[in-house]
Amino acid sequence: MSITEKSEREDLGAAGAQLSTAPADTLAETPALGVLGWLRWMWRQLTSMRVALILLFLLSLAAIPGSLVPQHSDQLKVDAFKAKHPTVSPFYEKIGLFHVYSSPWFAAIYILLFISLAGCIVPRTWQFVGQLRSRPPHAPRNLTRLPAYSTWRTDASPEDVTEAARKALRGRRFRTSVTGTSVAGEKGYLREFGNLLFHVSLFGLLIAFALTSLEKAEGGKLVVEGDGFVNNLTQYDDFSGGTLYGADDLQPFGFDLDSFDQKYATSGPEKGTALEFKANIHYYSGTDGKPVKGEISVNHPLSIGGEKVYLISHGYAPVVTVRDAKGNVLKSIVPFLPQDTALTSVGVIKVPDALGKDGKPDQLGFRGIFTPTFALDSVRGPHSSFPTLQYPALVLNAFHGDLGLDSGAQQNVYQLDTAHMKQFTDSKGQLVSKAMKPGDTMTLPNGAGSLTFDGVKTWASFTISHQSGNEAALVSGVGAILGLAGSLFIQRRRIWVRAVRAEDGVTVVEMGGLGRSESARIADEIGDVALQLLPDAPVRPEGEPPAEAGTPADAEATADAETTAVNDDEGARA
Amino acid sequence: MNIAAAVNESFANNSNYLIRSAMFVYALAFLAHLAEWVFGGRSKVAVQSAALTAEAQAEQDAAEAARRKAAQQVTVKTAGGSTVTLERPTVVTRASASDRGIEDGPGAAGGSEKGDLYGRIAVSFTVLAWLLHATGVAFRAASVQRAPWGNMYEFSTTFGAVAVGSYLLLLALKKDVRWIGLFLTTSVLLDLGLATSVLYTNSEQLVPALHSYWLWIHVSCAIISGAIFYLAAVGTLLFLFRDHYEVAVTAGRAQDGRWGDIMRRLPSAATLDKFAYRMNALVFPLWTFTIIAGAIWAQAAWGRYWGWDPKETWAFITWVAYACYLHARATAGWKGRKAAYLALIAFACFLFNYYGVNIFVSGKHSYAGV
Repeated sequence: MSITEKSEREDLGAAGAQLSTAPADTLAETPALGVLGWLRWMWRQLTSMRVALILLFLLSLAAIPGSLVPQHSDQLKVDAFKAKHPTVSPFYEKIGLFHVYSSPWFAAIYILLFISLAGCIVPRTWQFVGQLRSRPPHAPRNLTRLPAYSTWRTDASPEDVTEAARKALRGRRFRTSVTGTSVAGEKGYLREFGNLLFHVSLFGLLIAFALTSLEKAEGGKLVVEGDGFVNNLTQYDDFSGGTLYGADDLQPFGFDLDSFDQKYATSGPEKGTALEFKANIHYYSGTDGKPVKGEISVNHPLSIGGEKVYLISHGYAPVVTVRDAKGNVLKSIVPFLPQDTALTSVGVIKVPDALGKDGKPDQLGFRGIFTPTFALDSVRGPHSSFPTLQYPALVLNAFHGDLGLDSGAQQNVYQLDTAHMKQFTDSKGQLVSKAMKPGDTMTLPNGAGSLTFDGVKTWASFTISHQSGNEAALVSGVGAILGLAGSLFIQRRRIWVRAVRAEDGVTVVEMGGLGRSESARIADEIGDVALQLLPDAPVRPEGEPPAEAGTPADAEATADAETTAVNDDEGARA
Repeated sequence: MNIAAAVNESFANNSNYLIRSAMFVYALAFLAHLAEWVFGGRSKVAVQSAALTAEAQAEQDAAEAARRKAAQQVTVKTAGGSTVTLERPTVVTRASASDRGIEDGPGAAGGSEKGDLYGRIAVSFTVLAWLLHATGVAFRAASVQRAPWGNMYEFSTTFGAVAVGSYLLLLALKKDVRWIGLFLTTSVLLDLGLATSVLYTNSEQLVPALHSYWLWIHVSCAIISGAIFYLAAVGTLLFLFRDHYEVAVTAGRAQDGRWGDIMRRLPSAATLDKFAYRMNALVFPLWTFTIIAGAIWAQAAWGRYWGWDPKETWAFITWVAYACYLHARATAGWKGRKAAYLALIAFACFLFNYYGVNIFVSGKHSYAGV
């Protein structure tokens, strides 16, 4: 197929050339000898369409594992995966399956792809500029070999026909050039421009991505109602900086969480579905700026001094008072983490300074669940049936012993390490566990102390992020779409009109068209131009209809009967 | 934004009835299309009179050509004021090299009048079913007062409505696409069956993360892209079959079996290929826009425009696969079957992104789940 096409294009000579700057594929080429020859060969391979295709395919293939294996951006899931699959995890780790999109092999594919792309579009750009500066190529000698062709005889002089044709083509916004009594017109340069714009935009996107990842810093902070946050490293629960943006670059600002609104459907089939989450805050920029009232909700982050604050999640923090055996009092607000949409939450309370009856340190730890609307069933045990505080309850187990905080290893504040702790049992040997309403107290056996559930506060967690490259990415994205639209929807095509005086003194008008793709529209356009020329070059009314019998064009057409078809319906409609 | 809209249950029930009625009528359309294919098949008598039919066909073609020529008569007023009828110069086109010179098949009805009648009945049923279907979707939207694509059930029903709507639009534009009817009604029935049985979700309000006008933009674009990609995929699949058939015919191997009889009636491989390409190329920029709109929304909702969330990743994979197809189609040695396989892979990626990612993979798009 390709060979036929190639020879067809060669038939047309310069007229068919450079209708696009797409690279001609050099498939079966053996490298010349020597290092330089090899390098040149490799470069040509890399920038060939075939290799680009393979790289594109590899890129989509390589992106797959990252969607199936948990990625390091969600460390909790990675840890869970590693615990569940201990045999394959080390291997996965080794080949970077936990951070596919920053792994060397993924980078290798897209870097090669972009080099290949650069090797393709830079020469194409120069060629395109050259085409813009030069004039549309001359009409090929034999117009009948073009995909769409028309001819008729007229009494108008060749010069008049040429001028009319030039005007008609100009009117259709073709670029034209006249040589003798033939006109060459070309249109649809935006296709090539769109193509180049699209590919350049991809580079823009890549650069924007790089900028974003270099300068991106993100941190999380959980704030309980009534508390506040100041933007410096010590305040963050977790923080990850970019290469060009670290803890020292944090902008000074802060905010206080005044209250948190949550609204849910209270009836109907959608009962319990969240309708609104909103954090009411006061924020200030600088170290001692004037506080301004504001709010943060999902989809509506707050922008302060180049940073953005996003509302991520929310939950409840029971307020408890713990007394140890010696009567020391610890008041504490402990955020519990929600597990489901009804906000059944789990959490732990650690009392590292607690003393035992003998006055020696005997740390206390509590573990359990908090339910905003308590419900109990045999399958799920205690759980929450609605996300708002309708019937709040705190269900706790109590431990004592060593919390393991002194070992130096970092500990998750939401988990209790019970390796060195014992669970309290009552006199009958039953494990101590109690469900409490606000105001209730859980008394530990043997006078080890007590815990009072004083009340509940709401908390909200925020992501504070600094980003750059967003605008660059957006502009590139828009450029890519515009470019795509141009390169897919615009047809680049050429039309030639030639008027020659035949031996009998009658002017023969010939018209041919060539498009980049095998669109039927070019034939339609030829027909339209011909129609437009008719007033200036009327068909000679001597009962000798053109293209029916006798003209050379027709002879050619019938000789080539298999590949010739009268312009079909589709073309006429398009 | 208006959030606290209550669910109107009677609207939701009406929507369910409408969708089920639509399924019933689609089933009728499906049966009518089957009848079209059966009656259009070459019966024994028809085989014997094939030569006669060919003659008749030739006559018909000649009449058609004459009619077309008549349509090309142009009336031009001359300076003298008299009116003469001039003929518009005929434009001769050369078929491109990728064309085998094989003409399009006659369509499912295969020239049989009875078959054609059933084909028309099928299209009428499809129109009726689509009206019920679209009204059902509209009722669902009215019942929740938001865009009707907040979960997989709604996405599936709307997707089906857009796919059938696009097909009917092509028919209305006088494009010859009735050959797609049987496959389309089949898959819409499957799509709706899956939606109403497995994916069904009660009419509900959405979680706050979806309260954004980007829901309208991002998801509607995804649905339109998917529907057109689907039509293209059907075209591509049939292209592969028909191409196989044409190769056999060109090689002189007889294709008289039932399979050959079906293939014979399809459009030519070149036409199918062109159809698939046009559909894919038409919608590829829209798919690009879908991803970018999603990125803009993600920036507002999650604080980053791209985070390799499974849904994002598969949207990207789908995009790259379609880019692969578009490039392949312009590359020597990759045109035709190879490019067609790429297009099918790309559509498989789209499907996985919809069903697979929602059901098997958990990510930030998981509220779009079942």
